[in-house]
Amino acid sequence: MVEDGPVGHYELDLSGVRGMDGGSAALLIQLIGDLRERGAEGEIVGATGKVRGLLELYGAHPPKPSDKAPPARVGLFEQVGAAVDDLLGKLGEAADYIGTLVAEARLAIRTPRTVPWGNVVRLAERHGADALPIVAAINFLVGLILAFQASGQLERFGAEILVADLVGLSVVRELGPLMTAIIVAGRSGAAFAAELGTMRVSEEVDALRTLGMSPYRFLVAPRFIALILTLPLLTLMADGVGLLGGLVVGIYVLDLTLISYWNETLSAVGGLDILGGLIKSVLFAMVIAAIACQRGLATSGGAEGVGRSTTSAVVTTIFHLVLLDAALTWVFRIYGI
Amino acid sequence: MEETTKPQATTERPASGEAAPIIRFRGVHKSFGDKVILDGLDLDVPEGQTLVIMGPSGTGKSVTLRHVIGLMQPDQGQVEVWGKDVNQIARKELVALRKRIGYLFQDGALINWLNVGDNVALPLRENSKLDEAEIREKVEHKLELVHLPGIWDRMPGELSGGMRKRVGLARALITDAELILYDEPNAGLDPEMSGSINQLIAEIADTLGITSVVVTHLQSCVRVVADRVVLLEKGRLVVDLPRDEFLASKHPRVRSFLGDDPD
Ligand SMILES: Nc1ncnc2c1ncn2[C@@H]1O[C@H](COP(=O)(O)OP(=O)(O)O)[C@@H](O)[C@H]1O
Ligand SMILES: [Mg+2]
Repeated sequence: MVEDGPVGHYELDLSGVRGMDGGSAALLIQLIGDLRERGAEGEIVGATGKVRGLLELYGAHPPKPSDKAPPARVGLFEQVGAAVDDLLGKLGEAADYIGTLVAEARLAIRTPRTVPWGNVVRLAERHGADALPIVAAINFLVGLILAFQASGQLERFGAEILVADLVGLSVVRELGPLMTAIIVAGRSGAAFAAELGTMRVSEEVDALRTLGMSPYRFLVAPRFIALILTLPLLTLMADGVGLLGGLVVGIYVLDLTLISYWNETLSAVGGLDILGGLIKSVLFAMVIAAIACQRGLATSGGAEGVGRSTTSAVVTTIFHLVLLDAALTWVFRIYGI
Repeated sequence: MEETTKPQATTERPASGEAAPIIRFRGVHKSFGDKVILDGLDLDVPEGQTLVIMGPSGTGKSVTLRHVIGLMQPDQGQVEVWGKDVNQIARKELVALRKRIGYLFQDGALINWLNVGDNVALPLRENSKLDEAEIREKVEHKLELVHLPGIWDRMPGELSGGMRKRVGLARALITDAELILYDEPNAGLDPEMSGSINQLIAEIADTLGITSVVVTHLQSCVRVVADRVVLLEKGRLVVDLPRDEFLASKHPRVRSFLGDDPD
């Protein structure tokens, strides 16, 4: 590009340039590189606005002094820069993904016939009905343990009856929704990530796209809907067995009567508490489905990749569930729900 | 609907270079991490041609096919299909474009919870207005074509790799696509089945004048289906020849490729 070995300093003045495409930017940068290779110095000056942005994007920077800058300093800046870049990139990706989900949801609501309802039924059965025993067992134990722990303290004050309040409120507002969501995250979240991940690596997802079918409509939407329908129902059931666990302790350990325990529970737990728990469970369902499906669809690298996605889906989901639960508890408190 | 716009049956293929290219790669670069897969790939596929892509495994043949239907985007460069830049057109247009293309994936890529018949019927159910009886008839016909009659109710998990691949082929053929991409159509098949799949690919290309791109390792496949053969290595085409010249070529890479052929 540069003829017979020039030595000296060249300036490319771009102050008059208003617009430029990537090809020309790359060409100019190549030219500067060529100049350097031949012992000359080249510099782009006067670039402003979009032109400047583009050149920077293509890696142009002010000419460095000939001796290299101390690597430690550059390293630190670069590390901080890269970390910020990485975080922004991840946030951007998350925003993109949520945007896609919202757009897909609106489309699905406008054209509900395109949602594969057969799959929704199949998935609701597998991830709702089949989860009943484990959800029931764990929540029963949670109610039991909670009541048992509280009973020692309350007995000292002669306030045994308050165990009904304590178990009732904790289970309905907090532990029922959260424990159920965590179980479902481990059960269904893992399954979603593994199923979609396997479909990804066996090119089934690509095959769908090739047929003009959206993987969101065909794979993600049914899982979303299935969880949004089943998780609140599971949570209601979890509330019931959790209370039952408390009741068992109340009757057999604290010698309370069924009637008094029941009445105390009714006076403590209101419809709003149950509603708050159900609202949580709907949001939890969305978090589980969104993260698990995202991890599944982002799988690469064969069977090993599926394993990685599954682990990552469960860990990330549980982390976000707890985070969201804390935020919601706080918000509900402010609004008195 | 698409039947009416399909080119009429022709027995003569246009000589390469004369017809407008259906697929056009210009300076396509693609890397995964710091692993460069495509390094400025240029490739034209004219209408009606059957192009065979050969190359060592892991060299980016599947990646190349994926670029054709926008399943992957180039880091740099353009991919045009029917004169449209696959990565610039609107979503709707891309979906419409994909519907005109048949794609046989390396392992069939059958949807695991649908049975064989429903898998093959999927493109028709999604993209055509045919009634159930017509769909059934078409599907059964395509299944016969790939020598798998009467397996409508079997699930993909119960099939051998070769059978899955042939069901995938039936699915790729069901919409009468104008461009078909075959990713290793005969890998994992016994020689007899492999031969009949080759015949089938050649027949489809000849009788319907369809443009095809076939990724294969087999000389037998090249002999039967190819109009033109390219050898992809290190992200570029190192050889690009009409079939007969390719088979006779003294190029060392071609020789070592064809020499290892078990057929
Ligand atoms: N989605 C992906 N992510 C990361 N690497 C990939 C991806 N797809 C393909 N590769 C890599 O690109 C290379 C070429 O793959 P491919 O096109 O499948 O090879 P082949 O020529 O055998 O078909 C391989 O090394 C593969 O590991
Ligand atoms: Mg491949």
